[in-house]
Amino acid sequence: MDISGQSGKKRLIKAHTPKSRHIKNLSLAFIFGGIICALGEGLLLLFKSIFDEKTALTLVSLSLIFLASLLTALGVFDRVARHAGAGTLVPITGFSNAVTSQAIDAKSEGFVLGVGAKIFTIAGPVILFGISAGIIYGVIYYLAGLLF
Amino acid sequence: MKRVKKLATPPTFLSYAAVGGYEESLGPLGDAFDLCDPSDSFGQRTWESSEGEMGRSAVNIALTKAGLSHTDPELIIAGDLQNQCVASSGGVASFGIPFLGVYGACSTCTEALLLASLMSESEFSSLTVTLTTSHNSAAERQFRTPLEYGGQRTPSAQWTATAAGAFILTTREELLSDKRGLAKITEVMAGRIIDGATADGSNMGAAMAFAAADSIISFFSSSEVSPSSVDYIVTGDLGYVGSDILRDILKEKLPAAAGRHIDCGTLLYDRCARDVHAGASGCGTSASVLAAYFLPNIAAGDIRRILFLSTGALMSPSSVLQGNNILGIAPAVLIEHFEGGNNL
Amino acid sequence: MNEITSILLSALAGGVICAAVQLLIDFTRLTPARILVCLVTLGVVLFAVGAYEPLYKIFGAGVSVPLLGFGATIGRGVREAVGEVGLLGALTGGLTASAAGISLSLFLGLFFSLFFRGRAKRM
Repeated sequence: MDISGQSGKKRLIKAHTPKSRHIKNLSLAFIFGGIICALGEGLLLLFKSIFDEKTALTLVSLSLIFLASLLTALGVFDRVARHAGAGTLVPITGFSNAVTSQAIDAKSEGFVLGVGAKIFTIAGPVILFGISAGIIYGVIYYLAGLLF
Repeated sequence: MKRVKKLATPPTFLSYAAVGGYEESLGPLGDAFDLCDPSDSFGQRTWESSEGEMGRSAVNIALTKAGLSHTDPELIIAGDLQNQCVASSGGVASFGIPFLGVYGACSTCTEALLLASLMSESEFSSLTVTLTTSHNSAAERQFRTPLEYGGQRTPSAQWTATAAGAFILTTREELLSDKRGLAKITEVMAGRIIDGATADGSNMGAAMAFAAADSIISFFSSSEVSPSSVDYIVTGDLGYVGSDILRDILKEKLPAAAGRHIDCGTLLYDRCARDVHAGASGCGTSASVLAAYFLPNIAAGDIRRILFLSTGALMSPSSVLQGNNILGIAPAVLIEHFEGGNNL
Repeated sequence: MNEITSILLSALAGGVICAAVQLLIDFTRLTPARILVCLVTLGVVLFAVGAYEPLYKIFGAGVSVPLLGFGATIGRGVREAVGEVGLLGALTGGLTASAAGISLSLFLGLFFSLFFRGRAKRM
């Protein structure tokens, strides 16, 4: 192997950097993601038997947010997530964990510029881009409505 | 350009101390540490203060071992990973020793030893303390994610050690008269900044390997010491990935050195018992392994001579987000065994 | 469709989405924050082009629980609000529809920060 120059360095790094265990990561993400969504569906069926569908959907989100937030505060979430990977990140639980973990971590810098500001470190971008995409969709939907 | 400086008055390690946290206590060197706090907190309210207190304990233990009071040292040179090195300044504030703060990322331990050697050479200080600390929780908070954040580490990621190493260096012979074996710094060399060819903050060992190779090759081309006359070439925190890369480079460019390489980042934790990934990192790694393992063995004469290079990844959270390559650096000091008593 | 089938279908869809994202993480080193942003934006887009509703009818919570669903909620809110109040709805619909989740999450973060602090990580 030619190890000279910048390209030689990159070759060396590539040759020695261990690969993620894809099969294991993939299976665990599938299993944990599946379990969380199955739990969500169970809750959805339960809530739908009492409320209308829109309310039931909101309640499912709220339940999972509460559960993930509590487990984060108790120090359990990160121990599961290091194995589950995308399995806990992708469901709404990942959003909730990002918010709560930032909040309790930033406490040592005070409640206003610590908790208050850092709580948006990951929640902020998610809300920003979600809402912005929504605004663009809304404008297009409105204009399309005028044309047709 | 002759980069290696051979010291006319090599300073002696009068005493040293290694302090660590929970994971360090479980490692192969756990029993060799002077103090481990399984809570990692060292009785403090914030992780940042815990790192300061850990450093303060390390200096205290080293002073006690040397039979010195905190008013005796003429200078303390200290560094850590926190922004503006506040763990060092906060930790040693209460001693009242004149202070120089240094930052070399994870190369800080060797940088401080190098500077301390030159301070004694120039007779600025004949009794100097150096201190290097890193704290996993403080570093995670500052460089990565909140502690309770549910993230996944990649296999190349290293574990920032919760560890401190304190060293007391002296050229005062009266302090050494009752010592039988001594460890001295005899030659020093500053490192050059070398492009690590990757911007991946989870692969720092790989990025630093090139700086380590550059320093090792430069040292042996400039020093009278040959690779075959040192027992070990000790790097700081290349971990398993960086060590493999370094050995590949040395095999091609300086084969005599390749077989003598050993890395502190692979010595601190037990790879079989814990989920270590690519090894230890953080500037406390090389400092604590030097204090807990190498110096006692060098003083005892079991190891005669090592080339010691802590390796630093020069970067900031902003430079990583901006996609800049990690820059590596590896200053070097040569540490040798001397007989005590009349042979001084 | 009985309840067992719908739960299994949800698990299947949720599992596949999470596994697909895991592939992205492993092969591209995309940071989790970027992944969450992509998912929520993708949710809005899927809803806008009319692909989300049919998927939801089949897989239920399997597509609504992943952060895609959060984006779809924003999309649905925007569409309904534009239908009711016109162009202003493009600004009010998204946040109104997602308000419950965002508010609870932020409030819980603040609430738990009163009683808990981050613990030291273990290997």
